[in-house]
Amino acid sequence: MSIWRRVGCVVLLLVVGVSLAASWLAPAGYAKQYRESPGAPPSREHWLGTDEIGRDRFARVVYGTRISLLLAPAAALVSTLMAAFMGGLAGYLGGTWERLAMAATDVFLSLPWLFLLITVRALLPLNVSPILSVLVTFCMLGLLGWTAAARVLCATAGSLRSADFIRQARASGMSERRLFWIHVFPNLKPVLFAQFWISIPTFILSEANLGILGLGVAEPMPSWGGLLKELEGLVSLREEPWKFVPLLLLVVVVTSFQVMLSDQQEVNA
Amino acid sequence: MKRLAAVSNSTRALGLGLIFLVTVASAQNGGTLRFCLRTEPKTFDPLKVEDEASVTIRYLTGGVLVRMNRQTQALEPELAVSWKVSKDTKQITFKLRTGLSFSDGTPFSAEDVAYTVQRLMDPELHSPTGDAFRSGPGSVQTKIVSPAEIIITFPAPVAGLDRQFDQVAIVSAHSPKKETAVLGPFTVAEYKPGASVLLKRNPYYWKADAKGQKLPYLDSIQLDIQPNRDIELLRFRKGEIDLINSLDSDNFDKLAGSTPQLVHDAGPSLDSEQLWFNQVARAPLPPYKKAWFRSTVFRRAVSEAINRADLSRVVFRGHAQPAAGPFSPANKFWFNANLKPQPYAPDAALKALAAEGFLMQGGKLKDKEGNEVVFSLVTNSGSKPRERMATMIQEDLEKIGMKVNVVTLDFPSLIERITQTFDYEAILLGLTNVGLDPNEEMNVWLSSSENHQWNPQQKSPETEWEAEIDRLMRAQASSSDPKKRKESFDRVQQIVAEQAPFIFLVNKNALSAVSPSVHGANPVVLVPQTYWNAEQLSLK
Repeated sequence: MSIWRRVGCVVLLLVVGVSLAASWLAPAGYAKQYRESPGAPPSREHWLGTDEIGRDRFARVVYGTRISLLLAPAAALVSTLMAAFMGGLAGYLGGTWERLAMAATDVFLSLPWLFLLITVRALLPLNVSPILSVLVTFCMLGLLGWTAAARVLCATAGSLRSADFIRQARASGMSERRLFWIHVFPNLKPVLFAQFWISIPTFILSEANLGILGLGVAEPMPSWGGLLKELEGLVSLREEPWKFVPLLLLVVVVTSFQVMLSDQQEVNA
Repeated sequence: MKRLAAVSNSTRALGLGLIFLVTVASAQNGGTLRFCLRTEPKTFDPLKVEDEASVTIRYLTGGVLVRMNRQTQALEPELAVSWKVSKDTKQITFKLRTGLSFSDGTPFSAEDVAYTVQRLMDPELHSPTGDAFRSGPGSVQTKIVSPAEIIITFPAPVAGLDRQFDQVAIVSAHSPKKETAVLGPFTVAEYKPGASVLLKRNPYYWKADAKGQKLPYLDSIQLDIQPNRDIELLRFRKGEIDLINSLDSDNFDKLAGSTPQLVHDAGPSLDSEQLWFNQVARAPLPPYKKAWFRSTVFRRAVSEAINRADLSRVVFRGHAQPAAGPFSPANKFWFNANLKPQPYAPDAALKALAAEGFLMQGGKLKDKEGNEVVFSLVTNSGSKPRERMATMIQEDLEKIGMKVNVVTLDFPSLIERITQTFDYEAILLGLTNVGLDPNEEMNVWLSSSENHQWNPQQKSPETEWEAEIDRLMRAQASSSDPKKRKESFDRVQQIVAEQAPFIFLVNKNALSAVSPSVHGANPVVLVPQTYWNAEQLSLK
């Protein structure tokens, strides 16, 4: 493991640890409004100050981190499983299955992602509780974000299909199901893991984009997207630098994921 | 000698200084005032104007018969020297100024007024300005008594008839340039779509100041099209623009922090922010929710449980006042001074709800059938103040056991739900009032109207209080007696406060910023706040 991968791991573990300790670190919660001190600068009571309606920014950052870091992997799992099903199976079976699956993938890839998410979000029932809105947002991301991974998996499964060791196993009379689980799936696993890890930062950023547009996690639940909305209209770094903490955290976490991934790819190569 | 030379030099310097001062003093004439339009103007035809940018251009270029002074709110003569409204408010007689010309030199006469009015009322033109005059079927009659006198007769009474002419810019009947020939202080000289509109001084403008100097003082006005308010603020800070007509409270405070002398808070504006519940009978909502929303006790309890003082102080940083009703104190004549903003009283709200059969159980409010009180509150995405207000209301109502789910939607989706599908529970939006006369709000208060938001297009009023509002609004519209009209509209405001179909929250203050280089600016609460006296503005 390279030094950079270790650093990435430590940073991610640290961030996850802090976010899991949110209720201990910020016992008053993320929704409490200190209306006597809206927009306050950092102080002993509020380490990162308060937002425009007096909510403790530190509490919102740690709770928001917890939401983003727990649900982005969940969405990544959903999308990877869908990609495995669509791409892996199509690649392995080949022929008409492959053509149909890849046509569906092409259609999904050609859709304007952000507009599709906005439309789907607007079509959902209005009376959705904040917790449900979190699940809905990440489910949507998971269900719509499988396409790129499906292509990769289809190509990998396709090359396996015509590999010598698979032909040999088939010629020796191994059943297709056994062949898939014994030979194909283990060879797809590294690609599946890679796609899973790649999807996490993508979904974190997608949620942040949706949050900025007001279509992500509903108030008063915090998320990185919602927290980044505070930066709208900020014209100078010097003005209120503590408002940049969520952005900094997002960059650090996404970079850590990328560092780990690139290192993994080097190992695989 | 050296000393003498020094004296001589300082004398010369003093002389140069005096010349410079004189130059500055006489520089009242000239210069280009720069500010921003937030959107592209949709039209330069003053009779088709609907959007804010076009209204701005109409205000600066159009000549009107009468003008409401934005500071005193009194009606003042412009192209008309005098006017008389008939008792039945169907007819108005204008005596006009003589010897005036349009910006292309075409002479002005009663023929132009007749042409403008006929065009304004032409159903084919679909003039939004003309809508205010259409109070009944039939066509408008114009009688030119002389080149300087005209009688205009409408088919039905028009409330506040003379004040409506503040919005009617006279167009020329004979000029080949048609609507681009104007009678106002400026004329459109150049339009770069997506970039800017340049207005230049109208060489034929008729007004002069007390010293006889021709108005306007400015040579031109450069209107840059800039939808982003933060960039507008940056440009103002850099000195690239001279004024910001309507600042939000965040930017106001940012600017006030560094340069307090540049910002102006003129007090409560005509604009209001309000919340309403869906009372449409055919709305796709469960019957028990419809019953809550149609209950006056429920609506009033919600109103009592909202802390308006906190909304004003926190969301608008103190640049707003708790609202009492549909009109703010900025509307000096029509505001019902007997109405006071609803005080924050969550305990009283709970008591009233308990009397209606609602019960608090484990921190949750339930109706008499055991349904938990949960509803969604929708507002438009992108409006930070409304999103903040909705979140604060969410916490306020949680204290009386109501669970509110805050939803933000893009504006077209929101409007579709309000006007087409009626698929919503509660809405938080604002009303921008431009006019002062309640007649301009007929489309909101009449139960048959499309814009009667909480329950539009009723065939006949579904409640007694809505029937009474209909009757009072029609009574005030058909009366020429201001006192009687005021009595009727005071009662309308009282009914609205009692029944709470709209829960009025706050009136935002009129906030603006003016560079010290602009001389003669006196920001007011009425639109256009900063340049209402544009002809008298000059650059130092």
